[in-house]
This record gives sequence, structure tokens and C-alpha cells, in this order.
Amino acid sequence: MKLREVAVIGFGVTKFGELWDKSFRQLIAEAGAKAIFDAGISGKEINALYVGSMSAGRFIGQEHVGALVADCAGFSQMHIPAVRVESACASGGLAIRQGFMSVASGMSDIVVVGGVEKMTDVVGNEATNTLATASDQEWEAFFGATFPGLYAMIATRHMHEYGTTREQLAQVAVKNHANGALNPNAQFQREITLENVLNATMVSYPLSILDCSPVSDGAAAVILCAADKAKKYTDKPVKIIGSGQASDSLALHGRKDICTLEATVHAAKMAYKQAGIQPKDIDLAEVHDCFTIAEILAIEDLGFVKKGEGGKAIDKKITTLNGEIPINTSGGLKAKGHPVGATGVAQIAEIVAQLQGEAGKRQVKDAKIGLTHNIGGSGASCLIHILEAM
Amino acid sequence: MVDSAVPRFWREIPQRYNLLGNQCGVCNKIYFPPTESCPICRRKSMDKMKDFKLSGKGEVVTYTITHVAPEHFEGQAPYPIAIIQLDEGPRITAQIVDCDINDVKIGMKVQSTFRKIQEDGWLGAIYYGYKFKPVK
Amino acid sequence: MNKVGIVSYGANIPRYRIKSADIAIAWRKDPDSIASGLNIMEKSVPSLDQDVATISVESARAALARCDIDPQEIGAIYVGSESHPYAVKPTGTIVAEAIGATPNLMVADYEFACKAGTAAIQTCMGLVLSKMIKYGLAIGADTSQAAPGDALEYAASAGGAGFIIGEKNFIASINDTCSFTTDTPDFWRREGRKYPSHGGRFTGEPAYFKHITNCAKNLMTRIKTKPDDYDYAIFHQPNGKFPIAVAKMLGFSYEQIKQGLLCPVIGNTYSGASMLGLASVLDVAKPGERIFVTSYGSGAGSDSFDLTVTDQIEEMSREKAPSVAKMIENKEYIDYATYAKFRDLLYWE
Repeated sequence: MKLREVAVIGFGVTKFGELWDKSFRQLIAEAGAKAIFDAGISGKEINALYVGSMSAGRFIGQEHVGALVADCAGFSQMHIPAVRVESACASGGLAIRQGFMSVASGMSDIVVVGGVEKMTDVVGNEATNTLATASDQEWEAFFGATFPGLYAMIATRHMHEYGTTREQLAQVAVKNHANGALNPNAQFQREITLENVLNATMVSYPLSILDCSPVSDGAAAVILCAADKAKKYTDKPVKIIGSGQASDSLALHGRKDICTLEATVHAAKMAYKQAGIQPKDIDLAEVHDCFTIAEILAIEDLGFVKKGEGGKAIDKKITTLNGEIPINTSGGLKAKGHPVGATGVAQIAEIVAQLQGEAGKRQVKDAKIGLTHNIGGSGASCLIHILEAM
Repeated sequence: MVDSAVPRFWREIPQRYNLLGNQCGVCNKIYFPPTESCPICRRKSMDKMKDFKLSGKGEVVTYTITHVAPEHFEGQAPYPIAIIQLDEGPRITAQIVDCDINDVKIGMKVQSTFRKIQEDGWLGAIYYGYKFKPVK
Repeated sequence: MNKVGIVSYGANIPRYRIKSADIAIAWRKDPDSIASGLNIMEKSVPSLDQDVATISVESARAALARCDIDPQEIGAIYVGSESHPYAVKPTGTIVAEAIGATPNLMVADYEFACKAGTAAIQTCMGLVLSKMIKYGLAIGADTSQAAPGDALEYAASAGGAGFIIGEKNFIASINDTCSFTTDTPDFWRREGRKYPSHGGRFTGEPAYFKHITNCAKNLMTRIKTKPDDYDYAIFHQPNGKFPIAVAKMLGFSYEQIKQGLLCPVIGNTYSGASMLGLASVLDVAKPGERIFVTSYGSGAGSDSFDLTVTDQIEEMSREKAPSVAKMIENKEYIDYATYAKFRDLLYWE
């Protein structure tokens, strides 16, 4: 099948955090506007809009999000197609893939892809309940399994099978906070220590509150364009050279191996094949560290290290900013924040910034090929994109 | 749990009270909860799935001790939640009860027991189902 | 009476215990004198996920585990309690579904304070003897409520037992039964209220003692037996002292009531009390032994039963379900704060 090449020609990200003053509508409008200005396009050139939002219905009682976002972006009179997609915490990544397919197929020349979540308009408990809808409501959540509980069970098994330790998990959080401290948009811009993580309040053993990503508000947007037209808008376009998506059983107990997210493995295979590269060709990656254990699984399942060696990799510091394969230079979900629907799109923004040489204090030297990895729930869906500087 | 989801709960009583799963009439694999068709035999298994009641015996594959409990479970924290490999093959997620939380281990043999899972507030229905206790 | 008897039985006692001493300390009372005054050392406490439905289901499942009955042949289930989970919606249907007895059976819930379970036994006897059903399941279970700081707080506990009644293959024949019933308001709980009220000392002589002694004497007169004819006697046990006193009044010895006297170690399980006492006796009884049971329910009434253990009890695999003694030993202590949380004494919104 002949597909057009697709490039990112601009991006915009809001601050992530507890943004009491900003509404859902304001956040997505802000991110969208930033992306459009960054790309230097006029609104009239946008052929379609894609937006990822996990649960506006439960967080702000609002559905019909595609139309809403087009409206608050100021596009209501342009009457363009506006699509809201949902794949739990991978909603943003899914929106990217939908936008990518729209341009690659030739149906659109330029699309705006956004991701947004406003999680603090509800009380903490309700936010937790809503996040839990990413798990199996009938057979996991109903019986008292929480979202952190599911990942904690993955951690317990990983510790049992591979000897991974709480200290190795904690180091993921420490590294990501160190990176986040260099990211002006990150929710947390302060470093933490290993002791902080190990002694923090236990959420679900072995994960403490500092092993878990926070509840956040925020939005991100990117502009996708046919690659052969990209240089018209920017002299630093970044091509999406691979896109992968995969699904797996909704419940953790339905997986073939509790310590492997097959959705990651299959989505990665798809993306690597399309890009014509191997894991070792990746220079840096933004992975889905909703919990510290998730980052350990990710670097294994993406093929950066062998299964079971994720903990050792952290010890050897190969995933730090100066390591062989920097992971989560943005601070990851842990330090940057995790406004669910926005995350997948913000990951693209970070890789683009890195490949354009615009990552400031977080810049990775000679970054040419980057990967984004976005997971839904406890691994029932996965979206992966590979980008290369043009 | 969504308030007033009585029909949703009622439909699953055979599963929640009695661990009623089903078995593929083609390859004999056992499923819990029951599936419309066997993921391995797919089309060939449609209309050939038979009811199968699981014994409730199994072993802990992995677990966690949940300290921050969700709505409806607040008073019970900290409690163990585990993925249990049932003897007949399927895996299931459930709380472990009737033991010290520090005694829960991977490999622990367990047996299902009938307990109250949730209540829909003061006015709503009470939902019963399975939890697992250690086998001595 | 034609032949009818207990075909199988099962019981369930929650694991948590609180010592009377710890309750006394919470209320600044003398721990030793309370415990010895009532002859209750500790009582069972249901966890947040246990209630009369779960206790009844576990008891019913235990009874089925010990015999080969097809649950579809159970023609009636009656669950007696004063702490049914719902005021309206029967516990019996939950049990029926959980043991696979639905849909062709009769079900209803009973209430008669602490004797609702034995009343259920009598009903099942009648249905079996009249050949309306093949087997009936009678359950008595409670997770009784007691007002914080009230004297009842030391006794009100949780537990239950169920008996499958049939006309053949029974492990104990029920030779006869009779009841003694009057309208005596010694202890009650109004609709919608959380805790019961009682008449203090009025609950003794004109209530408990009068009904048990009259009922017991009436039965023994009718079937021409004396206390010496029995190997075991079980009386309702609101505390650890009353059953010893009423036994003495009737001419039974402490040795005869010992096996069925559970209150000192698990408290008063209300509708489960006489039922659990009987289950405890059946755990150890031998063929030919004779058992006398008289329950008591406030309001008020007593049901008496005369039973003879049959050879069939040796055929039964009693070990297929935990014995009362095993469940009593399987315990974990909690403090008063945890007890208050479990028993919903703190107001949650």
C-alpha cells in the first residue's frame, strides 16, 4: 500500500499541573494556538482535527468532545471533520495515529492533533475512579483492584521472576524528576532522592506515592503535514517514519505473561518494520511511565534491553539524560505530569523538540531518531511512533 | 461501580456466586468468565461452548497490598489483591481474606469463599461475590 | 411422629475476635469482673465483607459438602435472623442461588429473635413429613447489633449454622418437637432503628427461664423422657451463665451442656446460637446418642427438640467441612477501634 510520508511541522504544549484557573476548553485552545503559530500555518489550511481525551464525560461531564474542541479552537465556522478518539491513557497516541493515517492516506494535507485532560475539576476519589475505568470494570475494579494495584501486581511478579528491587523502581522516579527539573512545563520541577521514594506513603505495595504519576491538567497539540510540503512551513520538520498500534486482553489476568506488555511488543514490531529500523537505532524515547514499573517493562518490551534486565539497566544508568538511550527526557509522566489524553501528544512534542535541537537544558546530543510509547490501562492498548529529523 | 447498576450485577450472579465459566466444545479449554466463543477455535467453537463450574481452588500468581482503597473499599485497607491461577486454567483477580497481609505469597494455595464485595451506598443493592482464603 | 431428621449440617463463624476485657477497657469498666460476671471471654466479630448472607451461604455450602444431595432437590430454604442484610429482599434467595437450588423451591426469611433458626427447622420438618418437599434447608445466622456501651455489647456476636432436613439417610432423627410461645416483650428492635432495646432483668425469669423450662418440661412429659436419658443438651446462650442455670433448673448437668456451650468463646450468635450448639454436638456425636435442644427467642418463645444420632453419622465425611471447634480456634484478635469500624459504630458518610 502506497502511503505518503508525514511530518510534524509544529507543536504546542501547556504547562502541566493542577491548573485551577484553566478550564478544559482553555487548555486545548492554548495548546492548539501554540502549535498553529509554531507551524506558521493559517487556520484555514487545516483539513481535519483529531483529539485524544480519555474521559471528559466523567471529569467534566462533557461528551461530543471532537466538536467541542473544534469549536473552542475557533474552527466552528470552518466546519472541518473533528474526531475524538479514546484508548484510555493512550488516547493521545491514538489521536496521533489517526491524524497520521489521515495525512498518509492522502485524505488530508494538514491536520491538527491535540490531546487534553482536565482532571482536577473532580474530587480526588472521583479522579481515581475514572482512571480505573481503564481497567476491567467487571472483573478487576469491581473486586477492589485499583489501577496502581494492577501495576503493583506486575511489579511484585517482576521482582519475583527477575529480582528487580524497589530501589531500581525508585531510581526511575529519581531520574525522571531530575529530567523534569529541567523542563519548564513540567508539573514537578524539583529533584527527589531514592530515600524520598522508598519512604513515601505506600499506595499499593510495592509502589509508593512517588512511584506513581500524578493527577494533572494539561493539553498538547501538533500539526501534521504531508512531508513533501513540510519545508514550506518550517526548516526543521520531523518525519513520522513508523506508527504502530496493538491491543491485548483488557484485564491483567488475561495476559499471556504478566511481566510483558504484548501490546507494546506488537505495536513496536509494527512501527520498527514500517520505519525499517531496529531498537538499537533509537537514540531516545518517551515511554509511558504511569508507574515506575511501567518504564522498566517498556525498555524491555521495546527491545532496548532483554526481558528481565530493565532493573539492571536502571542501575547501570543507561537511560539517564547522558546515558546510551535517554528515556523520558521530558521528565516522563511521573515528573512532567499525566493529563491522560494529552500525554501521547506531549510525548511527540518532546521528541520533536529533541530532534529539532530545541530541548534546552534537556537536549540529547545528536538525537536523530526518537520513539514515543503510549499505553492504555494496564497494557490493553499501545500506540508507538518513531520520528526522524528530516 | 456505577450507581444503580443492578441488572449488570444480576446478570453476573452465576459467575460471582458460583464461578460458572464455560468450556470450548472443540478444544476443551476452560474459560472464566464465560466467553461467547473460544479465542483459539474461534468460529468453530460458536454454539459449542458448554457451562463449566470452576472449583474455586487455585494458587497466587502475583499480588499487591492496597493501602489507598477505592470507593466502597475504604474501611478494608490495607488489603491484599491477587491474580490467582485457578486449577482449571483461567486466571482471576480477587481479594485475599482470612490471613495476615504479610503472609500472602506467590505460590500460596487458595480457595474461593463467598463474601460481600460492595454496597451501593445506604440505599442501593448489596453485591456479593468471590474472595479467596488460604488453604491450610 | 413419622421419620424425619437432619441429613446434613454446616456452620460458619467469622474469624475476628474481640475480648470482653478490651470492650470493658474501652468503656472504663473492670475487665475481669465483666468477663467473669457474664462468663464470656471473647466474641466473634464479622469483617466488613461478612454478613448474614455470607454466613448463611458458607453454612449451606458446608452442609452440602458433607453429603451427596443434589441441591436441585432442596424444596425449601428458610433463613432465620435478626440482622438480615435487607429489611425487604430475602437472604434465602441469595443462599438458594449460591448453592444452585434455584428456581424450583420455596423460600422465605424468618424472624423470631434468637429462635428464628429453630423455627425454620420446624417448618422444614412439616414440609418433609407432609411430603411436600424432599429436603428442606433451615439456617439460623446473625451478625447481631449492640449499642456501644450497652451490656449486650459483650455478647452480641456473629455466626450461623444450617441443617438439611429429610426423611431418609439422616444422621440424627428428630423424634419430636414442641414450642412454648407467649407475647412477652423482653427484648425488641423497632423498625428502622439500629440497636435493640431490652427490659434489663425482665429478660431473665419471666422471659428466658419461663419459656425454656416450660417448653422443655412439656416435651419431656409428652415423650416420657428425663434429663438422664440425654447425652447432650443445648440451650439458648445469651451469655455464659444462663444456660448453665437453666440446665441446673431442669436437672441437666454441666457435662451434658458443655459440648454445645459456645457463648464463653464466641459470644451470643442470636439466631445462630442454638443452631451452632447443635452443630458442635453433631461434630462429635456417636450413633445412639440422644440430644435435647431448647432454643429461646425474645418476644417470646422456645422450641424444643429430641434427637437420636443414627449410624449414618459414621458414614458422613464430617471432615469435608470445618468443625465448630476448628472455626473457634481459627481466630484473629482485633482491638475496640477496629471493632467499632467493622460494626459501623462510627458514622460514615
